[in-house]
Amino acid sequence: MLNPVAAIGRVVLSACRVVGELALFALEGLSHLLRPPFYARLFLRQLIEIAYFSLPVVSLTAIFTGMVLALQSYTGFARFNAEGAVANVVVLSITRELGPVIASLMVAGRIGASFAAEIGTMRVTDQIDALTTLSTNPMKYLVTPRLLAGVLALPFLVLVADILGVMGGWLIGTTKLGFNSASYLKATMDFLEVMDVVSGLAKAAVFGFVITLMGCWCGYNSRGGAQGVGAATTSAVVASSILILAFDYILTEMFFAR
Amino acid sequence: MTGVIPKIRLRGLAKAFGEKRVLDGVDLDIRAGHGMVILGGSGSGKSVTIKCILGLITPDAGTIEVDGRDILAMPRREREELNDRIGMLFQNGALFDSLPVWENVCFKLLAQKRITRAKARDKAAEVLAQVGLAASVGDLSPAELSGGMQKRVGLARAIAAQPDIIFFDEPTTGLDPIMGAVIDGLIVDVVKRLGATAVSITHDMASARRIGDDAAMLHKGRIVWTGPASVLGESGNAMVDQFARGDREGPIQMELRR
Ligand SMILES: Nc1ncnc2c1ncn2[C@@H]1O[C@H](COP(=O)(O)OP(=O)(O)OP(=O)(O)O)[C@@H](O)[C@H]1O
Ligand SMILES: [Mg+2]
Repeated sequence: MLNPVAAIGRVVLSACRVVGELALFALEGLSHLLRPPFYARLFLRQLIEIAYFSLPVVSLTAIFTGMVLALQSYTGFARFNAEGAVANVVVLSITRELGPVIASLMVAGRIGASFAAEIGTMRVTDQIDALTTLSTNPMKYLVTPRLLAGVLALPFLVLVADILGVMGGWLIGTTKLGFNSASYLKATMDFLEVMDVVSGLAKAAVFGFVITLMGCWCGYNSRGGAQGVGAATTSAVVASSILILAFDYILTEMFFAR
Repeated sequence: MTGVIPKIRLRGLAKAFGEKRVLDGVDLDIRAGHGMVILGGSGSGKSVTIKCILGLITPDAGTIEVDGRDILAMPRREREELNDRIGMLFQNGALFDSLPVWENVCFKLLAQKRITRAKARDKAAEVLAQVGLAASVGDLSPAELSGGMQKRVGLARAIAAQPDIIFFDEPTTGLDPIMGAVIDGLIVDVVKRLGATAVSITHDMASARRIGDDAAMLHKGRIVWTGPASVLGESGNAMVDQFARGDREGPIQMELRR
């Protein structure tokens, strides 16, 4: 206890164990994609839950982000007489960064929490054990459909966020900042490259995996009644939010560093 | 009994949770086609023993044989096939609250594709009738049922797939005396009609005598007595008799705090 080296060692060891367990959990969840039976109904239900029911939250945050971005960048660029770059800045920041990150953080709060709570409750009330006794693999039944739905739903949500975010910028640009509508849109399209959007959508798929994985994992390993489920829910949201930002950095390096 | 292979044979089964040794060398033979009742104080490890046999908890030491084959050393596929023929009633019911009652009851039949979804409702109604529930209960959600009704739905789910081995963890707690007797009759009937082996945990001595051919008493992590269930209360073993009669004085000292 008193030896600082031993304490550091313990922390490192337990961190390694957690990472290893998480990796095995993820691999097992993915491996069931290749082995029947497949639960198409459960997958569709989760897809609707994530993609459709997250639309209002994601849309609102995207529009407001685009609006704020236009306002702030206008103030900044006005100092250099470069107001014309507003459309450019808005579309690049939204498609590359803010769309994927903000949409994913919102979904992490919604979906990560609900997965952890639902699966955690099933764990502490023996429902996961019951699945095993009823000839059903709980990983295949609970985790795999959710992972797949997360990976597919997030790119869709981010595409919506991209469009609405740019629209939010355009709204402020034309109504408040005095841009001409046609030239604002032309500036937007001129600067936009396919890679900007594609990299954002690829990020979204990774974030979708991270969110659903952390939600399932925290719920699956929860212990000890209502309190344990509450703790699992909190750590699912906190961990997936941090991981989203960390992976955002790593993926940006991969896509755009040279 | 010598020469006949028992349906389930436990030898030296041990399990500790942290410092706490719950099972400490359990030896038990369970005869095929008979009812076995496991008695023991609250927290003595009865549920843990059953979960070890079901493969939900991995014991620290010891062997578990079903039909003479060591199930702990079995490959996963065979273990799953064995589980297909085992039914389990969980102490708290462990019903899936995301599914209506009829889907809960027919869950295993649907998972094993022994029945179509169209026919499952009728089948569920049939099994629900056996546990004294109306067919209309099938359309309710488990959360809408009383505790005793949930127990009976759990029972229906455990027997619906007509298993070879059935575990009942406190099948009659929470039921009124008449319904308790009906359920006991059902368990006896299942054993007779299906030729199943039933392992029940109960605290109710009248019920133990009705559903058990054999009885075993678990105390301090070991089986301290086995014998015919009919002699419970006058077995000659001071511990068992104290337990069966519910005496405060005797060899078993309850750990009460003032
Ligand atoms: N997953 C677990 N983690 C830690 N301890 C556990 C776990 N499951 C059971 N225990 C402990 O093991 C002991 C035996 O539990 P078990 O559920 O088998 O009791 P029981 O004999 O079924 O009692 P009851 O009649 O009250 O149901 C208890 O003290 C419990 O605290
Ligand atoms: Mg118990």
